[in-house]
Amino acid sequence: MNAAESFNLRLIPLLPFIGATILILFGRHFKRQTVVMIAAGAIAGAAFVAFTGFFQALPSVAEEGGLRDVVWTWIATGDLTVDLAFRMDALSGLLCLIITFIGFLIHLYSAGYMEHEPDYARFFAYLNLFCGSMLVLVLGDSMPVMFVGWEGVGLCSYLLIGFWYSETANASAGKKAFITNRVGDFGFLIGMFLVFQATGTLRFSEINALSTPTSALAVAYHGMPLAFWVGLCLFIGATGKSAQIPLYVWLPDAMAGPTPVSALIHAATMVTAGVYMVARLHALYVLAPAMLAIVALVGAATALFAAIIGFAQNDFKKVLAYSTVSQLGFMFAGVGTANFSSGVFHLYTHAFFKAGLFLCAGSVMHAMSGSGDITKMGGLRKLTPWTHGVFLVCWLAICGVPIFSGFFSKDAIVAGAFATEIFEKVHLGWVGPAVGSILLLAALGTSFYMSRLYFLVFSGPSRADHETQHHIHESPSIMVGPLVVLAIGAGLGGLVGIPGGLFGHPEWNLLGEWLTSAVGPELEVPHQTEVMFMGISTVLAIIGIVLARVFYGGGYREPARAFAAAAPGFVKLVRDKFRIDELYDAVIIKPIRQLSSFLFRVVDRVLIDQILVGGVAAITDLFGRLARTFQTGDGQRYMAWFAVGAAVLVFLASRPPLPSELKVNVSGTTVTVDASRAGRPSQRGLTYSFDFDDDGRPEVQGTSAEARYTYDKGGPHTIRVTVHDPRWHKESSITSKVDVGSGSNN
Amino acid sequence: MLPSFYYLCLSFALFVIGTAGILLRRNALIVLMGIELQLNAGNLAMLTYSRALGDEKGHAFAFLIIAIAAAEAAVGLAILVGLFRSRQTINLDEASLMKR
Repeated sequence: MNAAESFNLRLIPLLPFIGATILILFGRHFKRQTVVMIAAGAIAGAAFVAFTGFFQALPSVAEEGGLRDVVWTWIATGDLTVDLAFRMDALSGLLCLIITFIGFLIHLYSAGYMEHEPDYARFFAYLNLFCGSMLVLVLGDSMPVMFVGWEGVGLCSYLLIGFWYSETANASAGKKAFITNRVGDFGFLIGMFLVFQATGTLRFSEINALSTPTSALAVAYHGMPLAFWVGLCLFIGATGKSAQIPLYVWLPDAMAGPTPVSALIHAATMVTAGVYMVARLHALYVLAPAMLAIVALVGAATALFAAIIGFAQNDFKKVLAYSTVSQLGFMFAGVGTANFSSGVFHLYTHAFFKAGLFLCAGSVMHAMSGSGDITKMGGLRKLTPWTHGVFLVCWLAICGVPIFSGFFSKDAIVAGAFATEIFEKVHLGWVGPAVGSILLLAALGTSFYMSRLYFLVFSGPSRADHETQHHIHESPSIMVGPLVVLAIGAGLGGLVGIPGGLFGHPEWNLLGEWLTSAVGPELEVPHQTEVMFMGISTVLAIIGIVLARVFYGGGYREPARAFAAAAPGFVKLVRDKFRIDELYDAVIIKPIRQLSSFLFRVVDRVLIDQILVGGVAAITDLFGRLARTFQTGDGQRYMAWFAVGAAVLVFLASRPPLPSELKVNVSGTTVTVDASRAGRPSQRGLTYSFDFDDDGRPEVQGTSAEARYTYDKGGPHTIRVTVHDPRWHKESSITSKVDVGSGSNN
Repeated sequence: MLPSFYYLCLSFALFVIGTAGILLRRNALIVLMGIELQLNAGNLAMLTYSRALGDEKGHAFAFLIIAIAAAEAAVGLAILVGLFRSRQTINLDEASLMKR
């Protein structure tokens, strides 16, 4: 066992799973403090192992593919061998740190936030289960192991969205998330099958190593390399999990879950799984630049589209949800322009500032007696100073104000989109600049809707009713503590990834350098380009903030009202999320419902229920009714039937009488046969036919039981005598062998 | 000695009378008597063939059947008593419990 395999990676997902198991089985008997101790302790343990692995064991082996821990051989059949194995390399290690660290903070926060929740233990059990599944997802060494985690986080997402399942809306939001994800998972599975068919392996390291221009993955199939189709199928999976067009619709509804869940699952970790997967299979995607173009364009389109929807949402968490969709779009645009480290960088910064924003949302809703309606907020700056401070930092980070983390990561993506040359290979050179331009617009939008949110919530006078205003209070320190840590991360976390092109110091981009071993080197962006786009995005961020200040500074201002009055239809359309849900309802759900209804009414009810099932019953019933007419319960009638039956049997079995043996008398070649029975009166009316050579043609026929015949030549013969009873149309026959040459019968 | 044929005719006649009694009469006592007639018709046929074929097995069977007939009469009469106790009649039309 060498250094790379001696580290117990399995502990990282195992600890949360143990925590979840204990809490599910015994949690309800524990005190609240005990529940938090177990849940947070499990994550803290996982975090400790992850940090130890990352900072002590990993650096020495990162270049050789990182740490690997094989637990056991999971599947071994034919050519396929799948180990239950975990791998921590530069990429999965980073994700591990994010998950365990932010997961731990959110566990702490939840301890305060869920204080009044009766189902305390169940919540923490699910949260632990989620962390374990997510860690399996990122640490999985092969696609099936990742898929287990992939499904596991989907399940936990479903369970936690519908945590307050007694309300129908929450339960159906959970179902929507789950079903939408199933659509994507189908793509993931097909992609996995294709990969196996082409490469014969499912391990990420081997797939990436086999993704060369000469491998089976590069073979053209319907005009595109196979890698394109594999990438497409996997990307469909990613659009489901990471809420991209066209499968983004579940994420805004997922806000029905408790806010810490939104922060952890639906902002910081789970939804980034799609980005992670694309980065994980970077070599495969690079093999098909056209597929990368699709990834980048879908990402950019989602970024802009979701940002626009975010303009008009009036629910705190809905704004953040569309913001998350939009930021995920940025990440996909990043990985889609073959700028993998920038996508992962944004994933990392986003995890901090978006988790911070969501936890602020929770804190604000805590203060506002549970309401998330931003039209009824305002003036929280003085009332909840800590929350305000954290929100301020996270807001500046997501807007892309320099020095804050989002600035560096967003800029790395935008500049990378303009600088990338990967699309030239497939004559799609326009994609890079197009994606970059869309992203700049989306960045402007981001800045605007986030500033709108900030001003409406924190500035000006409060618009809440008197009762609510009276109760506004800062959250307890167990909630504020994690917020402050996240704010520090959101503020300064970007400094680990200062783009090399900015100051001409590539070594300052610690993150890009670090990820080189896992996702390839950082995209090189020329100094001028870098500086230019940093300037542009800074200007855009400030324009967005100023514009929002003009519209919403201190509450709804005159320009905002005027705009809403000037284009009420448009505002309503945006507020209704462009009615995409209604479109899906009309185009997909309704036809399926109608088809189901048709199948139910015609196939199920008529064909199966009535004709097949009912038919069998009807036939049985018919025979039953017939048979029942005999079942009178009258013993004498039974006897009568018995007598009739016995008579029929006797009739069928009866045969005209014949002796058990024919009497044959031979003299020379002449034989005399007597078929009468000894001592019995011969029955009248019987006809006897004698066939002396058994050829089917009787030589003698008549009413006499005796016959005489002379053979032409000697030798053995078979004599057959048949008796016919014309009254009952019955026959019986008997045979006998004679040898006329020897002059005796047998 | 009379030919076997006449004995068989008698046996047949007895059997038919017994069967008719069983099937047509509604008095359970008469039905039991019909069964006795059938058994004895069988006995007669048994003995006739035994004599005609010179085989003694028929005699043995006849004794067996007499013993069984005695047992059957005892059991049958006991059932009749039971039936009468529960229904105050031995009319078979009243005893149609087998119907349901």
